[in-house]
Amino acid sequence: MSQLEIKDLHVSIDEKAIVNGLTLTVRSGEVHAIMGPNGTGKSTLAKAVAGHPSYTITSGDVLLDGKSILAMQPDERARAGLFLAFQYPSEIPGVSIANFLRAAVQARMGEGEELDATAYYKRLYSKMDMLKMDRKFTSRAINDGFSGGEKKRCEILQMAMLEPKFALMDETDSGLDIDALRIVADGVNALRSTNLGVVMITHYQRLLGYIVPDFVHVMWNGRIVKSGDKSLALELEAKGYDWVKKELAHA
Amino acid sequence: MSAPALTSASLTGAFTPEAFAAHLKTVAHLPAWWLDRKQAAYDRFATAPMPKRTDESWRFATLTGLQLDGYARGGTVALPQLGHAPVGIAKAGRIVLANNRLVTHDAIAADFAARGVIFDTLQNALRRHGDLVKSHLLAQPAPQGSEKFAALHTAFLEDGAFLYVPRNVEIADPLAVFHYAHGAHSAVFPHTLVVAETGARVTLVDLFRSTDASRQFACGQNDLFASHGAEITYVAAQTWSRDTLSFQFNSTVARRDARVLSLNLHLGGRQARHESYSQLQAPGAHTEMLALTVARGRQEFDQRTLQIHQAPHTSSNLLYKNALLEQSKTIFSGLIVVDADAQKTDAYQSNRNLLLSDEAEANSLPGLEIQANDVRCTHGATSSPIDPEQEFYLQARGIRKAEADELLTFGFFEEVLSKLTNDQLHDALRELIRTQFKQ
Repeated sequence: MSQLEIKDLHVSIDEKAIVNGLTLTVRSGEVHAIMGPNGTGKSTLAKAVAGHPSYTITSGDVLLDGKSILAMQPDERARAGLFLAFQYPSEIPGVSIANFLRAAVQARMGEGEELDATAYYKRLYSKMDMLKMDRKFTSRAINDGFSGGEKKRCEILQMAMLEPKFALMDETDSGLDIDALRIVADGVNALRSTNLGVVMITHYQRLLGYIVPDFVHVMWNGRIVKSGDKSLALELEAKGYDWVKKELAHA
Repeated sequence: MSAPALTSASLTGAFTPEAFAAHLKTVAHLPAWWLDRKQAAYDRFATAPMPKRTDESWRFATLTGLQLDGYARGGTVALPQLGHAPVGIAKAGRIVLANNRLVTHDAIAADFAARGVIFDTLQNALRRHGDLVKSHLLAQPAPQGSEKFAALHTAFLEDGAFLYVPRNVEIADPLAVFHYAHGAHSAVFPHTLVVAETGARVTLVDLFRSTDASRQFACGQNDLFASHGAEITYVAAQTWSRDTLSFQFNSTVARRDARVLSLNLHLGGRQARHESYSQLQAPGAHTEMLALTVARGRQEFDQRTLQIHQAPHTSSNLLYKNALLEQSKTIFSGLIVVDADAQKTDAYQSNRNLLLSDEAEANSLPGLEIQANDVRCTHGATSSPIDPEQEFYLQARGIRKAEADELLTFGFFEEVLSKLTNDQLHDALRELIRTQFKQ
């Protein structure tokens, strides 16, 4: 059982405070949805936790199994078990998905340990089958010329291969048509297990119809202002974010 | 020969008249016309000035690194001394030379030989196929600033490789020529001459290697001649020791509808100057001029290119990519020349530099000289660091920064490597590049 604790986190970009004291604890096996309007700091939260160099954590802490990860490089955080599914995955011409994933898998192995190529490809192909991805994909360059749906499937493929302890999924539903959304959601559901904790960041309730969360949090002005179970998402969908805004004003 | 002037020591370095006389003795059995050419070349070498700070063709180059002192002809080497490693490509034939002398030669398959293919040492070719060699060997000028060093090459050229592919003969597997420098202070003068007759198709790989890390001198040339409709793929992989001063001159002649692809991989040397001179002489001729460099430490790679369009409806495409690490330095200076009657020329020239270090220095001097009025010529140069978003993306998958940068460099290079249709060759070059990163 693992635990990811975000404690009173404050994050700035270029001196501008974006996340203002956010606290959240996620345990293995749980799926948390963070919902909120645009510009409220959801993506900033995800990137800061993953260690993006443009984001400065001004105070607070992020603990993985009790240990702070803030001094760790992004690659160390990833190897420790964090995974960020990007809202806008980078396009990297000339680097094939097969080589890239191989490097990522190899990076998790010990010094001098050799990757078993046969086993690696077997596992890769089985995950691709699950995500209904053509095997030709492996020789394509990372996200280069991919459709929105292909990019998101590629993110889930990486998540499936790297088996993180915690996945931060940033707007995984954005830019997807209903078929692509279903494939991506099926992929995530297949990966749901007692060993994986998920933080799903989304603007819309739509995704939560496919990936049913255990907890729903509403983010506003850089912090969580309301938490509940999946019914909160439906309530939000029905009443809109203005409802939260008004409630906050009355509080 | 003119009497040595007071400055002759600095003009010739180790390559004194005495050294040249000693060299001539080793090649005395070769045809007289060739020895005459060598003598004339030596005289040009010995009297031509060393490059000066004010020479435009040497702009940005470290001139103090060009001194020619302290080198000598290396000893005779046997194959076991070379630690010879294959490159992982199926080969149609192989020649291994070390310190300018033949070490071993795998003849080309009998059916090719029966069809007139010649793959032999340059010395054998000079003796047996003198006329064929005479019209192509070092027949083109070296117009890009290195006349002196090109003359030095001709003067001291001892042996090399000769490939002749007759009309309509196609050789699918690459031919490989290994040029070794062995031992401290060895001077080598590698040469490869490729003549592809009408409709012939061939791939040749030159591999320039040092057997150890010692101080060496290399001054080589390759001549490529593609007759009507011929296709030559030429790959040169330069992995001299990190303490080698290297010159390499390329001359390409493409005739009607000929296609020549040349790819130079630059990894070795302390200071390496490469000049490539491509002439598109008849309609339909096309050349691809490609280069990849990984510069490390304090290495300096100086690349000068000239694409001359001498006939209408010719095309050329130059793409030179450099990855610079640490305090390394690269220079690219390219010129496209379009003659007045070379209408409908389509020429492209691009130099792209990936800066993996703040301390590295990439210099770029692209140029055009167009006398025709109905042409399409574009050129460009860029220098940029690793894209931080791409780097973060790879790191976010657990890949360490150094490996992420290596992957991104391979990504950057792939545009060039993917032009090789032979997968084994593609992979062999990737492997060589990988070793440069492991150092």
